[in-house]
Amino acid sequence: MTTDTPRTLIDKIWQAHVVAEGAGGRALLYIDRHLLHDGSFQAFDQLHETGRAVRRPDLCFATPDHYVPTRPAGAAPIEARLADKIDALAQNTRTHRIRHVGIADARQGIVHVVGPEQGFTLPGVTLVCGDSHTSTHGALGALAFGIGASEVAHVLATQTLWQRRPAQMRITVDGRLGAGITAKDLILAIIAKIGSAGGVGHAIEYAGTAVRALDMEGRLTLCNMSIEAGARCGIVAPDDTTFDYLHGRALAPAGAAWDAALAHWRTLPTDAGARFDREVRLDGAAVEPMVTWGTSPQDAAPIGAVVPDPDAAPDATAKAGMAQALAYTGLRPGTPLSTVKVDRVFIGSCTNSRLSDLRAAAAVVRGRRALVPAFVAPGSGLVKAAAEAEGLDQVFLAAGFEWRASGCSMCVGMNGDLGLPGERVASTSNRNFEGRQGKGVRTHLMSPAMAAAAAVTGKFTDFRTLA
Amino acid sequence: MEPFVTLTASAVAFDLPNIDTDRIVPARFLHHPRAVGFGQFLFHDLRFDADGREIPGFVLNQAHGRAARILVAADNFACGSSREAAVWALAGFGIRAVIAPSFGDIFFENSFKNGLLTIRLPAADAARLRAAVAAHPGAPVSVDLPAQTVHGPDGAAFRFEIDGFKKECLLSGQDEIGLTLARADDIAAFEARRRAETPWL
Ligand code: SF4
Repeated sequence: MTTDTPRTLIDKIWQAHVVAEGAGGRALLYIDRHLLHDGSFQAFDQLHETGRAVRRPDLCFATPDHYVPTRPAGAAPIEARLADKIDALAQNTRTHRIRHVGIADARQGIVHVVGPEQGFTLPGVTLVCGDSHTSTHGALGALAFGIGASEVAHVLATQTLWQRRPAQMRITVDGRLGAGITAKDLILAIIAKIGSAGGVGHAIEYAGTAVRALDMEGRLTLCNMSIEAGARCGIVAPDDTTFDYLHGRALAPAGAAWDAALAHWRTLPTDAGARFDREVRLDGAAVEPMVTWGTSPQDAAPIGAVVPDPDAAPDATAKAGMAQALAYTGLRPGTPLSTVKVDRVFIGSCTNSRLSDLRAAAAVVRGRRALVPAFVAPGSGLVKAAAEAEGLDQVFLAAGFEWRASGCSMCVGMNGDLGLPGERVASTSNRNFEGRQGKGVRTHLMSPAMAAAAAVTGKFTDFRTLA
Repeated sequence: MEPFVTLTASAVAFDLPNIDTDRIVPARFLHHPRAVGFGQFLFHDLRFDADGREIPGFVLNQAHGRAARILVAADNFACGSSREAAVWALAGFGIRAVIAPSFGDIFFENSFKNGLLTIRLPAADAARLRAAVAAHPGAPVSVDLPAQTVHGPDGAAFRFEIDGFKKECLLSGQDEIGLTLARADDIAAFEARRRAETPWL
């Protein structure tokens, strides 16, 4: 490839990180940023079994999230099962001299919220984490993807990874999102369109006027769920929104280093005429508030729709999948989604637990009462403090919501925050898989405003009708 | 890592698409160290009832299912989380090869690191193989990695593609980290260049 061949954003980052070419079209990629959390203990175990050292502790950042209790501070001692994992991260990071924002630190939170918040995530970097939602960090123009425990151990030991270059898909969303329509609705609409396997083997670049118009928190939500579209990685080209967000953050470059970085970052966006393996287009103006009805994120529909009929499925495999999903969620074909009652509401997760998410939910909740148990787990200690500074905690508490500490919480329930069997949960998280929020729990994905509307009406409700 | 060369064994077929990693191993078991043996958690909530008793109708609780070393699945098998425990659970149960039209990307990478061969077959071939496996419970399926072929219980043969690097790793059972550490000079040279070109990193 000559230097004037138009290149994509992903091409540029990829090519700048190739340490060596290997057999079978693989490349050894240098990894600039490595995030670790309390679920990373198995990778440290693997490293220790082989007696290997961490090559670049200075390029790592760790914070506990999956096993962190979100009960009000001091409510009860942390169970041993959880404390073990939190302590293991503290111990492993101490042993290897890795930067660690521990459970008692005000900055602790979900690793995908904290990384950008601290300015650890930067444009143009390669970033990995032993967690599939690492795709989140693509919002800042990073090539960011989730890896398994063996790969985490590989990065710890070598600061590199063997990777095959992914195919590239560009999803262009032009037009404007309607009032109150969020990145969550947009990504659910995208997944409903291309399917949860639509992005397998691909990296996705999100482009178009509707994507450009998203603020950084919206872009984080969008890229976060790339993995639910089957893609390991999603990215948005860095622009002034990105740079304004990053400037002055604790770990972002400052002074002359900032100027040098900025000059480099401005060269990153995809060149005109660059080729993608697949192009997908959506009209932003057509996106409605979305909710899921099944057990795959692709089972998403506008709030005004009805539960679909498996008999209308395109083939036998799809039909079997839909029938199984409806059997699990207990919904009948033809039921208007806006009549489906909920038992519980969860607002949180690396998808939707940032300040703008909490503001959107609070705007719906203000002056109303939750009719079902509902709680909010802010994405980080800093988000929690910022929300409290503007009184959002009081809005939720006055409506009967619980105001929790930061962590993954009921997104995956590894800390014990779970629904009860058979309960229907309106959730701002990213996965509606069987058993994700507890055995037999039925999870329905939606935006923070929609989850708030479900809490105060006890059913799926178009939040716009509550204005 | 245990090398993979050839395998002739009983298989099971799963027809549902999008079987996610939460179903393969529920998150509540992930706090265990790997040494606990994750095979006991494989498909836990499909395999066991609320009292921990086996659900007789579930295929892995039947004689040919218990003996299965090969799983044939539908689209997007093991989508979802990065949990390598999904691979450990399959391998711990005794599954050494999974055949499907497509896989979750992270699972696909994780599998090779643990000696689990994941084979992509075109959707129609995978469907034919699933039907043949379902029709002949317990009949052997053969996988030949050097020849890159699968033979179904009905005698149908399918050829598959595999990345040469992964094939090498599986055949030899070698540790990828060891291989990479042999490139330490390349890595150091890259780091020197990186310090000069992007000093803010
Ligand atoms: S919030 Fe949920 S999806 Fe995000 S990292 Fe935590 S468990 Fe994973």
